[in-house]
Amino acid sequence: MVLTRPAELVESAAAPAPDMTHSLFERRTLSNFILTVLLWALALLAAIPLFSVLFMLISRGGARINLETLTQLPPAGFMMGGGIGNAIAGTLVMVFIAALISVPFGVLAGVFLGIVAPESRIAAAARFVGQVLTGFPSILAGVFVFGFLVLAMGTYSAIAGGVALAVGMFPTVLLTSEQAVRMVPQRMKDAAAGIGCTPFQATWKVTLPTALPGIMTGVMLAIAGAAGNSAPLLFTALFSNYWLESLREPTASLAILIYNFSGMPFPNQIELAWAASLVLVLIVLVFNIISRMFGSPKL
Amino acid sequence: MSTAVEAAANKVAPLAAPEYAIQANIEKIYYGEFLAVRDSAVNVEKGKITGFIGPSGCGKSTVLRSLNRMNDLIPIFRLKGKVDFLGQDIYAKSIDPVAVRRHIGMVFQQPNPFSMSIFDNVAFGLRLNRYKGNMAERVEQSLRRAGLWDEVKDKLKQSGLALSGGQQQRLCIARAIATEPTVLLMDEPASALDPIATRVIEELMLELKKRYTVAIVTHNMQQAARVADTTAFFAVDISKGGRTGFLVEVGPTKQIFEHPREQLTRDYLGGQFS
Repeated sequence: MVLTRPAELVESAAAPAPDMTHSLFERRTLSNFILTVLLWALALLAAIPLFSVLFMLISRGGARINLETLTQLPPAGFMMGGGIGNAIAGTLVMVFIAALISVPFGVLAGVFLGIVAPESRIAAAARFVGQVLTGFPSILAGVFVFGFLVLAMGTYSAIAGGVALAVGMFPTVLLTSEQAVRMVPQRMKDAAAGIGCTPFQATWKVTLPTALPGIMTGVMLAIAGAAGNSAPLLFTALFSNYWLESLREPTASLAILIYNFSGMPFPNQIELAWAASLVLVLIVLVFNIISRMFGSPKL
Repeated sequence: MSTAVEAAANKVAPLAAPEYAIQANIEKIYYGEFLAVRDSAVNVEKGKITGFIGPSGCGKSTVLRSLNRMNDLIPIFRLKGKVDFLGQDIYAKSIDPVAVRRHIGMVFQQPNPFSMSIFDNVAFGLRLNRYKGNMAERVEQSLRRAGLWDEVKDKLKQSGLALSGGQQQRLCIARAIATEPTVLLMDEPASALDPIATRVIEELMLELKKRYTVAIVTHNMQQAARVADTTAFFAVDISKGGRTGFLVEVGPTKQIFEHPREQLTRDYLGGQFS
């Protein structure tokens, strides 16, 4: 073998240069081309629903996006004009309440699952419950909060709506936080211990700041999901045609406004429902884009 | 033979009795039921560099990490024996491992700066200890001692992770010495670096020993020969079906490399096994 090798080399050196030019109709060139076209087509197909919804919202609701729509109260029956200002405010307030509840609990529970006792039984149970909650029908969150908050307070309220949305946000925040703190490299945790951090300091000063982009991504996705969630609000915040004056009264939200107005026989209200849909999609989009910005690695 | 050894020893350590920062007498180290290290007594002399060498799996890193209780992070770790640091047994019940690590700093194999600015990396330990003095001055001093100041003085606000591997390792050294630890433990600090960055780190170690006591683990024998004053050679015992590391011999580097007392050392240095 060793002996024949030099001979082979001499032979190949003498042979003509191999043909390495493009050949369009060779089998693998063709299959490569066909598969590439197929994948592009499928990708475009997948994008069609998103873009057609966006297109429809912009073409039907875009015309009504103006200062009046964004700042005025909804009109009554046959009235013209009016806006969705109270619903925008209500949605933002309730999402804020929901974030206020779900983010601290979710992140702390995520730290417990990811760092403090990842192998413990309670962690395994909590992880399982978190995963089940992810697929939990959101209307049941509304029913649950109706049962223990709305009945107790005697009224529908922004607080109840916020709590119901928080139930939906919690598992997302929990599971992404756990992932994010786990992704912090062990060598950074070692470095923290090596310089004399207590376990709490290592988590608070090194692991959490390092995991922050990942945690924020989860939080923003959860907020985007909550903003578009309507079912939990049906039994908890209900709706209101007036500005939010107290957190303890029925509160308007974009999602419920869309539901209410789209079924009305008045063209003005239907137009507003389209405008509200567009605003809602834009809010969701903004939070998604913010989450992308947090998620991109920074040095 | 023995006179040669003594002569070599005398050249390194003059007549005064050596002063030790750490006197470790490790009888056994277990991970769960697994006996990882046995019978290893090493001393780390003040103001000198002590090198730990040996084949992989010989427990040299485990021994080093037990000198500042880093191994306590592994729940199943258990140590039988005594590690005296300036006259106190750091494995005594009353000792807080976190406090131990504030006096015995550590530099790891993989450079591991925190994902924060260069300045904040160095200031980290100082803030942890509620340092009241001039922070900027102390950070500059630490970066100078780590031989990094000139390269980073104009970009202290940049992330430590944006530096090259060798610079990151020197940043970690600056971070470790900022709090003026008594002893600096280095666990293969140059093994992830290219030859040029390695030489910079080695020169730095010789500079560092003027102020600090250094113990270094290295798989690179030439590195130990170049920087260590004292060398401890570890080997693996696979006789009872396990893989237990143990100390074969320890002595002045020159003696270990030129006149090893043990056959195992001679075989290892001669390339008989690795």
